[in-house]
Amino acid sequence: MVTGKVGFVPSHLDQLGDAVPVVVRLPNILRPIASGEASVNAEGATVRAVFDDLVRRYPGLRPSLLTPEGDMHRHLNVFVNDDDVRYLGKLEAKVGDADTLTLMPAVAGG
Amino acid sequence: MVPGHLWDKMVAHCLDCLPLEGCGLLAGRADEAGRGEEVCDIFPALTAARSARLYIVEPRDLLRADRAAEAAGLSLIGAWHSHTHTPAYPSPTDVAQAPDPGWHYVLVSLSDLEPVVRSYRIVNGVVKEELVVLPA
Repeated sequence: MVTGKVGFVPSHLDQLGDAVPVVVRLPNILRPIASGEASVNAEGATVRAVFDDLVRRYPGLRPSLLTPEGDMHRHLNVFVNDDDVRYLGKLEAKVGDADTLTLMPAVAGG
Repeated sequence: MVPGHLWDKMVAHCLDCLPLEGCGLLAGRADEAGRGEEVCDIFPALTAARSARLYIVEPRDLLRADRAAEAAGLSLIGAWHSHTHTPAYPSPTDVAQAPDPGWHYVLVSLSDLEPVVRSYRIVNGVVKEELVVLPA
């Protein structure tokens, strides 16, 4: 009798739900912390899962994406294609195969 | 370097937004002479804050500006906003929330009869005014 997971799913993908590949567009300020490129690849079925995958690949991104409590950073704008995730459940927003996530720091002041 | 018609458009947008603060994004590229960056287009934005003391570039306008800049072979290189009652100098909130040390932050003060426009770099909390060239 098999009681555990079988197959050859990499352990980090166990935590990503039905992970799908997505492209994440990074603002200039985050590029040096990641690959240096304007876009990186990641996987996940929700914004939270994609963020977890990004942090696994580029740990230095964490403070720019998430609060210490694990919520979305309040000065970060996140779009799934053209849609602002604030109106889609924030970190729980669904991400589909080949979607593009765009991350942009809020532009604000007084 | 900022073409005069874009400079005027920035100020006009700020006047249109009164009594609220006005804001927008600057798109550009490195200037051909290697002396700095050239503003090639600007994108007026709505402010989600709808305030005379604060501004927040509407996220959808930010995304649109980024896409339009990229399509034109440009990058977002800065932002501008107005101060309706104070001088054209970054407020503590501006400094604390400046997202990118590589950006140009343009302030348009409408506190006097004549608008005053100045541009700054904000790096690690340090504000430094920069020279702006308006080509003839």
